[in-house]
Amino acid sequence: MLKFLAKGLLRDRTRSFFPILIIASGVMLTVLFFSWINGYAMMLIAENARFETGHVKIVTRAYKELIDQKPYDLGLMNVNERIEVLSSEYPQIYWQPRIYFGNLLDLPDKKGETLSQGEVIGFGVDLFTDSYEQELLNLKEALSNGNLPTKQGEILISQEVAEKIGININDVITLIGSTMYGSMAMHNFTVSGMVRFGIQAMDRGAVIVDIADVRLFLDMEDSASEILGFLPKYNEDTTFEISSIFNKKYTNKDDEFSEIMLPLRTQGQMEFLLATMDQRMGMFIFIFIFVMSLVLWNSGLMNGIRRYGEIGIRLAIGESKGHIYRSLILESLLIGIVATIIGTAIGLIFSYLLQNYGIDMSSMLKDAKVIMSTTMRAQVTPTSYFIGFIPGVFASVIGAMVSGIGIYKRNTAQLFKELEI
Amino acid sequence: MNIIIIEKMSKHYPIGGGKFTALKDIDLEFTKGEFTGIVGPSGSGKTTLLNIIGSLDTQSEGNVEVMGNPIRKLSSKKAAKLRSQHIGFIFQTYNLLPVYTVFENVEFPLILLGISAEKRKEAVLDALEWVGLSDKAKSRPAQLSGGECQRVAIARAIVKKPNLVLADEPTANLDAENSHHILKTMKKLNEKLGTTFIFSTHDAKVIQYLRRKISLLDGKVSNDEIINEDDYDL
Repeated sequence: MLKFLAKGLLRDRTRSFFPILIIASGVMLTVLFFSWINGYAMMLIAENARFETGHVKIVTRAYKELIDQKPYDLGLMNVNERIEVLSSEYPQIYWQPRIYFGNLLDLPDKKGETLSQGEVIGFGVDLFTDSYEQELLNLKEALSNGNLPTKQGEILISQEVAEKIGININDVITLIGSTMYGSMAMHNFTVSGMVRFGIQAMDRGAVIVDIADVRLFLDMEDSASEILGFLPKYNEDTTFEISSIFNKKYTNKDDEFSEIMLPLRTQGQMEFLLATMDQRMGMFIFIFIFVMSLVLWNSGLMNGIRRYGEIGIRLAIGESKGHIYRSLILESLLIGIVATIIGTAIGLIFSYLLQNYGIDMSSMLKDAKVIMSTTMRAQVTPTSYFIGFIPGVFASVIGAMVSGIGIYKRNTAQLFKELEI
Repeated sequence: MNIIIIEKMSKHYPIGGGKFTALKDIDLEFTKGEFTGIVGPSGSGKTTLLNIIGSLDTQSEGNVEVMGNPIRKLSSKKAAKLRSQHIGFIFQTYNLLPVYTVFENVEFPLILLGISAEKRKEAVLDALEWVGLSDKAKSRPAQLSGGECQRVAIARAIVKKPNLVLADEPTANLDAENSHHILKTMKKLNEKLGTTFIFSTHDAKVIQYLRRKISLLDGKVSNDEIINEDDYDL
């Protein structure tokens, strides 16, 4: 019977072509949308982890309360010793101390008087001990002018800030802020290079300095705002598991300077953004199934009307209504599977193109507050290969089931009369 | 041996607040191997009677038994089984499945019966030979003439060697030559296979081939006569 039905489908293109076209288009969109959302989520996670959140982050409880203000005066002490302990307790995680600081950047003229000023966000990172931070921040690729710092006292400035304030390579600039203990702090740096990350939140006003210089500048000997932890490969469950164990061991609710570990997802707007993306994907699939089912229901009804004669003769020959109904569902299953395979293949082609080439979204992200790349890329994962089967096959089968109910429910004689045999 | 027994059978259809009586107080019996025509003008109830005998419809009153099966008591599934195993249908408009070949159209009832591919092939080729269409097995219905299409429909009806073939106006769409050809084919199969043929018709060409003629008028049997076989012009 299956062979018989398949022959009918192959030969009657109006029975198969239109539904396949609809389902394949929908599945293609689902795969592309899923890969796009996935790429967006991956990018969001990767970019934020690199610049802001790590896969996990250790801060003091007091710092956590005001984390949006980056209050380095509430930062961590004895950091070198803590990193040694952390490295032995969690050998799979790479730990990096960082200091984030908001400052005033002052560009003096030849007489030493202010030529121009601007607010900047400083990143104190380890630029010299090993190359991990340089790789993490992608500094070589981001360098748009000059060189990376090679010695203490050198600074990297975002290209945008440099152009706005009028800074050139080898200019000496002054950062003005306050120390960890509240005193006024000033420190001169030589501009060694300029960077452009392609991330609006960074390009708007970031300066990058070696953490040793920042400690000197802000009087933060052996301290850091945060210690970021990076897994070899991000895994959300692992970050929650590690954080839970760590917090049971080290977090003391009576000590506001006790340490607390924050998994990536719980930081800033990440929870909201990732949850929103999960929701949107779920909604998209639901809407797709619903709309496609309606379309295919309608298509099934039209097809049923067109095949009234066939259904009638099959009833007369002795096929039961249940058997006819099941065969219509079986046909729709075959159509759903074939269309899904076609749609998935096309969707994957577009997804791979989008993964490799991306789309420049910089004009839409001018005011973005989260760290995200201005080039949006898709990300093909193993799920991309089968995500389309859920809406593709479901929509097809549900459409056939709904449209076939008419045949199943109707009295044979009445149906036979309507079939105009 | 009676294969169909109809006693005091009536069929009503609801119309508006009342009812329309399509058949009234029908008493008939059919024996195995009959070649019978139900004749009458349009609206006389011929098709309704055939549909009830074919278990596509049920009577409103009375009793109808086909091969021992009380039609009114049959579930939809059992009625389908009865049709599948014992009854073949031939229609005025042939009703072949256009996307399938002649061979596949004739093969379809055997697929429903779950017969093996090898036996199906043998039975289909036999049936096509009986109707003289062996050379058209791979053709599609659209490539055949009306007469050939009806012969395919006959092959499809008799391929499972049913006890009963019900033919609703089988020659209405055919010219005289094709009508005679079709009727001769059916007559031959009736004699060769012992299959009971019941026609509904108002075609004079059909009537001359009948052994028994049942006349219906306004839903009632107005005449039931046996025709002398010697009169047949075969």
